[in-house]
Formats: sequence, C-alpha cells, structure tokens
Amino acid sequence: MLDQPIAPDYSESGTAQGPAVVRFAGDSGDGIQTLGSEFTKSSALSGHGFMTFPDFPAEIRAPAGTTFGVSAFQIQIGGDRVKTHGDTVDVLVALNPAALKTNLSALRPGGLLIVDQDAFTKRGLDKAGYGTNPLEDGSLEGYRLEAIEISRLTREAAMPQGVTKKEAETARNFWALGLIYWMFGQDRGPTAAWLTSKFAKRPEIAAANMAAMDAGHTYGDVTDFAPPPRLRAVTPSRPSPGTYRTLTGIDGMVLGLAAASALSGLRLHYCSYPITPASAILHGLAKLGGEGVATFQAEDEIAAATAAIGVSFAGGLGVTGTSGPGMALKAEALGLATAVELPLIVIDVQRAGPSTGMPTKVEQADLNLALHGRHGEAPLPVFAASGPGDSFDTVIEAARVAVTYMTPVIVLSDAYTANAAEPWRLPDVDALAEITVDRDIDADGFHPFRRDPDSLARPWAVPGMTGLAHRLGGIERSSGSGHISYDPDNHQHMTDLRADKLTRIQAALPPARVTSGVDAGRVLAVGWGSTQGALKTAVDDLVAEGHAVGHLHLRHLSPLPRGLAEIFALYDRVVVAELNSGQLRAHLQGLFPQVSFRGLNKVTGQPFTVAEIDTALREDLS
Amino acid sequence: MNVVNPDIAAPDTDATPELTARDFTTDQEVRWCPGCGDYAILKAVRGVLAEAGRHPDDVVFISGIGCAARFPYYLASYGFHTIHGRAPAVATGVKMANPDLDVWVVGGDGDFLSIGGNHLMHALRRNVDLNLIMPNNAVYGLTKGQYSPASATGMRSPSSPGGSVEAPVNAALLALGAGGRFVARSADTLQDHLPGVLKAAQANKGASFVEILQNCVVFNDGAFEAVRDKGLTADRTLRLEHGKPMVFGKDQDKGISIDWQTGIAHVVPVGSGNPAPDIAIHDQTNLALATILARMDAPDLPLVIGVLYHAPAEEFTNLRGDSSGTAINRQALLKILSAGKTWQVA
Repeated sequence: MLDQPIAPDYSESGTAQGPAVVRFAGDSGDGIQTLGSEFTKSSALSGHGFMTFPDFPAEIRAPAGTTFGVSAFQIQIGGDRVKTHGDTVDVLVALNPAALKTNLSALRPGGLLIVDQDAFTKRGLDKAGYGTNPLEDGSLEGYRLEAIEISRLTREAAMPQGVTKKEAETARNFWALGLIYWMFGQDRGPTAAWLTSKFAKRPEIAAANMAAMDAGHTYGDVTDFAPPPRLRAVTPSRPSPGTYRTLTGIDGMVLGLAAASALSGLRLHYCSYPITPASAILHGLAKLGGEGVATFQAEDEIAAATAAIGVSFAGGLGVTGTSGPGMALKAEALGLATAVELPLIVIDVQRAGPSTGMPTKVEQADLNLALHGRHGEAPLPVFAASGPGDSFDTVIEAARVAVTYMTPVIVLSDAYTANAAEPWRLPDVDALAEITVDRDIDADGFHPFRRDPDSLARPWAVPGMTGLAHRLGGIERSSGSGHISYDPDNHQHMTDLRADKLTRIQAALPPARVTSGVDAGRVLAVGWGSTQGALKTAVDDLVAEGHAVGHLHLRHLSPLPRGLAEIFALYDRVVVAELNSGQLRAHLQGLFPQVSFRGLNKVTGQPFTVAEIDTALREDLS
Repeated sequence: MNVVNPDIAAPDTDATPELTARDFTTDQEVRWCPGCGDYAILKAVRGVLAEAGRHPDDVVFISGIGCAARFPYYLASYGFHTIHGRAPAVATGVKMANPDLDVWVVGGDGDFLSIGGNHLMHALRRNVDLNLIMPNNAVYGLTKGQYSPASATGMRSPSSPGGSVEAPVNAALLALGAGGRFVARSADTLQDHLPGVLKAAQANKGASFVEILQNCVVFNDGAFEAVRDKGLTADRTLRLEHGKPMVFGKDQDKGISIDWQTGIAHVVPVGSGNPAPDIAIHDQTNLALATILARMDAPDLPLVIGVLYHAPAEEFTNLRGDSSGTAINRQALLKILSAGKTWQVA
C-alpha cells in the first residue's frame, strides 16, 4: 500500500448500505467501454440491478493522453431501486492524468480513487495540463487515493503469456477490471469466456488479458487493500422471475422493430443514413441479417425518409431513424406522409444541438421540432421512450398506431437512453398483442380516401392488389376519391380530419396517470423521455421522507393523454422537468392556462442528477 | 380477389394480352399547356405499357414535382406524386417492399438533375430496377420559366435576365458517370423512335435512364433544334443501333469516325451507300464509346439518340434478397430477443 492520507470511512458518510457507483476513465484507446460492458455483464449475471452511462468523445481517436480524448463509463449497481447511473461516484478508476483531471469532479468526497501511477509521467502530466503531480501535491487529500503501478504489474503478469511489451500494456484495463471484480465479489468467468472467443485467433492475447485480470484480482486479495464496508454491503436486487438480458435503448429499438414485424406479419424496412448516436440502430438491425427487418443505408436523410414512405406505399412498414440534424432534413417527407396518410415510424435519437452541437451528449430539445416541425398543419403522433426497456414497448406501440390509423409516428429517444443499459426481463412473446393489418379491401366502391368511421384511417391498398389502383399525391386530395382538389371547403374538411385523427388516437390510448408517488398533494413532477429514472428516484426519496410529491411521466406527447387537467388540479404546484429550456412546459402552458407550470431545465449535455431534482422539488415544498 | 400479401404475390407475367393504351388512361383531365411535349411522351408511355403487357395493377408510377411529375395522375396504374427530387428514393423503397412491380419514375430536368440529382445518381449506381424517364425541357416550367441545370449557357430567364453564366448538365454523361447500366436518349417529337427506347428501358432488369428531349412551348420553345422538325432531324441526329455502323443524314451520306487516341468523333462522308471502313460500329456495351457519344452535339456533330449504353448487371433488390424476405414469426422473435447473454431469475 502506498503511504497516502486515508479519507474518512465511508460508513460515516451517506447511507450505510445501498447501491454503489463505479466510474472507469481512460484514454479513448484504453478499452474503457469494453471494460464497462464486461463489468455490466458480470454485474447482471450476479443478480445486480444496474444502470450504465457510457460517456465518450465524438472523436474516433483523439490524440492519446489529452483531456478531450478521455472516454468514461459509469455504472450504478445494487438493489432493484437503481434507476439511474448515479449522481456521484463511489469508486473512480483513472488510467491516466487526463482521465483524472476530467472525471475527478464526479467522485464524492472521501470516495475511492484508483489510478495507474505509472501513467503519471512528466509527459502525461503535461498533456493533461497538470503543473504539479496531483498524486504528490496533496490536492487529492479529500479522497482515498490508491495509486498503483498498474502498468508495471500488468506487464509482469501478461508478458509471460508470449506477447510483446506493447501488447502486454494494453491489458491495463483488464487488470483494473480484475481489481474491481475482487472488490464486488464478482465472477471473472464470463469475461474470461468472452476473451477466449474474442481473441480465438490470437490465444496469447486472450491469455495475456486474463493474466492481467487475475493479477488485478489477486492484488486485492494479497495487499491490505481493504474496501470500505459500504461497498461490500452492496446487495443484489430481487427482480421478478423470468429470463433477463442487458438492454440499451438502442437494443430496445432494434428488438422492438423486430417484434413489430412478428406482431404485424409485415416486413419492415429500416431506412437510415449514418448519424451519431442513431447509427447503432442501423447496425443492430443489419446484424439481424434481414430477419423481419431489412435495412437500407440511404444516400442521405431525405432519401432515408422518402424510401421508407415508398416501402409503406408498397405495403411494407417503412421506418426511418436519425438524430437531431437528420430530423430537420426529414421535415418535408413527414409532411408528405401526413398528407397521403401512410404508416411510417420515425425514430429521433436526440442529441445536443443546434447544428452539429455535441453529437454524443444528451438533450431533449427536438420536442418542438417533433411536435411542430412541418410546414402547413401536419399533426402526427409523437411518443417518447423513457428508458431502454420502454424503448421496446414504445416502438411497438408506434407501429400499432401507425398501421391502425394510417399515420406517421415520431418516436423520441435520446443519447442517454440510447447508450444506457439496464437489466430487462424478456416479455412473453405469445402474450404480445397482434398488430392488425387490414388488407381485406373491397374493390367495389373503393376510394383511397374513404375512411373508417372510428379510426378515420383510409384503406391501405397497395400496388399489386387487384382493382384498387389509385394515385396518391402531395397536392390536396379530395375527401373520398383522393383526386386533386383545390376546393376551399375540401381543404378545410381535410385539415379538420387530419387533426381529428389525433383525437381518435387519444381516445384509444390509456388516460394520464400519476406514475409514482402520491396521487394528490403539494408538488407534481412531470417529465418525459430519459429523465424518468432520476425523477422517479428523487420523488420516491421525498415520499419516503413523508412529502406529498407525485411523478407523472409522459410517453404520449402528441396526442397528450386524457385527464391531465384533472390530475394537475390535484397538486399545489406542477413542475415540468426536461433537458431543454422549457419546450414541454410551454406546450402545456398553452393547453392548460389555468395551471401555473414551473420549469426545471438543464441544457449541459448531461442527464439530470437525482440531487438536482431533489433540490428543485424541495424548493417547491418549502 | 385481392392479393393479401403483395410480398409473396406472383408476378402477373401472363397478363391479358389484349391491353391497350386506353387501359392505362385515367378519367383525369390532362393539364399541360396546349402543345406541350409531355402529351406526346404520355401517349408513347401508354402505348409501351400496353405492349409490355404488365397488368395496370402491377405497374407503379412515381414522380416528384414539376410539369412532368403530373404523369401518375394520368396513368390508370398505381401512382404516387411525391416531393421535389425524391421520386427515385421513394421508388427504391417501393421496389424493396415489392420487387415484382414494374416501377417507373418520371422527373424533369429540375427534378432529376437539380434538387434530386443525388437520388438519381444513387438509384443508377445501385442498379435498382426502375424505368427512370426524364423529359428534359431545359427550363423550370411549373415555376414560370427560370433557367434549369440543363439550360444552355446564356439563357435569359426571369432569374437570369443577363443570361445564365452556368454550364449545362449533360444528362446522359451524368448517368453514365453515376454507373447507369442503361442510358438512352430520345425526343417527344420522335414517335417512331421513342416507344422503342422506352420498351428497351422497361425490359431492362435494372436502372434504366431515358432522357427525352421535350419542347416547352411557353418558356423554352425550340430549345432542341436537332429534333424540332422532320426536315432537320435526319441531318442533325444520329440514330444508334447496336452492331450497326453509325451513319446518318437524309441520304445516309454521313458517318461517324472516332479517333480512339483522343476520344474525338468526326463526321466523315459515306460513299454510295456503303459505309467506309473507318465508320465506327455502335457497341452498346462499350462504356468508353458511350461517353464519347453522350458528348456529341451541334454544331460539329449530330446529337445522338437511341440506346447509348446497355450493359446489364445484377439488380439491387435481387442482391438484397428482398423478394424472399418475409416478416418473422413469434418463434423467431423469441430467438432474437434471447440472443447473447441471458440469465434466469427464479
């Protein structure tokens, strides 16, 4: 052990037991995300509840050792209360000075700080902009510092496996992982198995990484490296029985689209143009090999949207997905899909904007674009996924609404939900409701814009069907026949019908309900999308303290669910929390002028912390 | 009976043989200016559709925006009048969802060469089985006469009162450069020529690009001198035929000779009806020749019409396997959901 000041025992600060938050940070070439996903897998297999947060730069390979090249991965593990990746970090692993510099602020006072001492060379310190060595200048006195010669120890463990010195050193991340596994009493088996298959053609590399992992694990055993009691006390969650897997928001979208194919009997075509962070959906679907969902990498965002419209016109289910800037490009196509009333799913994995903004960072600022971003009056449903598991359910519901009502549907996700992972219980696939596609259309008296009286959906007649040939177009269509019409009354009528369709959808969707906390009282926190976990945790904590606080999380942003006004009236105050400057709040304020909404807003590219919400809600309680 | 799942519908190849142009005619009033070249093109298209014999229910016309983009409303097949420039992308989606359909895309020079240039290029290089026909009037008609990317340099228009300073796009050359495997050119006035070209385009399994020189009587009358009237056409155009020597002229007294070193074509006299030995023979599979032909124009050379290039290649949706692609069942879904690492909680 190193002769360093020891921080106060953890048991003295915070709760005695509870979830633990671990953050790994290093250079973007250090394999931090691999380390994170292996720790996640192992945590899942040992029965922990968890939520992860990969935090990486947009640059593919920023210069090594620089602060802007730092990649980080945070995970909160513990009981089944874990709904976020954690506000503050209990254990920070920093593999170089730049990683320490950019991540130290996340570590709570007295937190455990593990660094690779060997990386704190003059050159490394200079690159990170440190004037003096923080390991020696006393600036880390508020933490429990464990400066370990990780590079040297890794080399010594790995080189006997027949790899070069350079190859041996790249196993540093596995050395650190081994130590963390020891700390949380987790099994190294799954990671060893993964290494064996990953490096099947280079068994010596697999062996080197395993040797490093084992060495890190042994280090915990043989040194007087004593983790504080709180970390040992992390208890596995007790989830409902079933088969589980790890699910990111991207996985949720991919699997939800596959499910939509199985439930509708339609082949889906996912048409997309590569863009961060939405590209991962394209990759995930492409990996399915065309089973149920075919992928089409279009030449641009507009082609992606219009090809998807073409798919739906011809009887498949067209899906397009993108992130912020791409969403702006699809606006005209969405107007067309609304006008010709074809089913279409549009996934927007929101990222910080405007323009290129911060491509890997979270923001919920495309809400206005989703609700209003078309010329003319072109209303369409807008749903938002609140987490990885909810992405699966939301995208299936979007497919159901799109097909049933013959309308495009926007599904909002964001950069946080996209990459965050949580344990997910596989649904009973036989119990999932069918998505009914009505192709039983009588050619006798067929008109492309003659509607179902309940849903207002027009018939989905598709090319190849006998006797139903018809022409669609963006020029206003005559109600019923669909022929070109410039008739003033017809345009009024069609505009009203397009709006009325959303009313019919609203009537069919479940009414608003308070999702957690008290049903009536002092403060209601309203949120949408990925803020769900932080809002729920903060509200649950306040309720546990005896405060009359409720949480209402919206999936349906257009149409809004029925009964909101009645719920809002049951609270003294309504706070709308969102990662933008108040887009939903302004929307609600316009619709419910009798309520005085307060905004809780943040536009930093980072998700809400539970503490931020807690503080804000307490202000409203006092 | 309706076809319930179009993905598995068998192609209607033995459709009623007695189809006529009338079977492809809607009850909609055709709204182009009197004298517009689009009337003649529409007539040719209807005739070719009848001859090709695909049932109207298996034929789809997709268009963007512009005068020519009104085509779908006038054809009694399935049709979709979409947004400006995007028709090739929409059509690609249609074809992916149902590869058995006979899909036509109609767009003018504004639609295909300007706002939708990108989509045209990619439909061609992907070799999607689309019949892409481009009536080229070298002007923006629907927006009242601005110069287009195909307009001649110096054209005066409401948006170029001093004359356009831009060089025009050579559509055929662009199509060849984009990797088009079927590139042809004809004209609205050439009713003895246009149907044959369209028929060949329809028969090609892949992206077929046909530029149709089209007269806009209102905004750009007489833009294509070479095909303006019968008297001029014989001397100003060269009708290509695969495997035949390239001779032209009212008396078939002129031929094309090519200097393969420089890629420059020359007009040479042809004696007493017999082609001289240095008259080039048209080979529609020769890309180098096609690029030379695409550039030929007045004043020194005849404008080339016919099939410049036809080198069939594997079609896009075939390569993708779209015709055998289906939805998945719940069994397969469960397999997908449980792929990778799972664990049980009892």
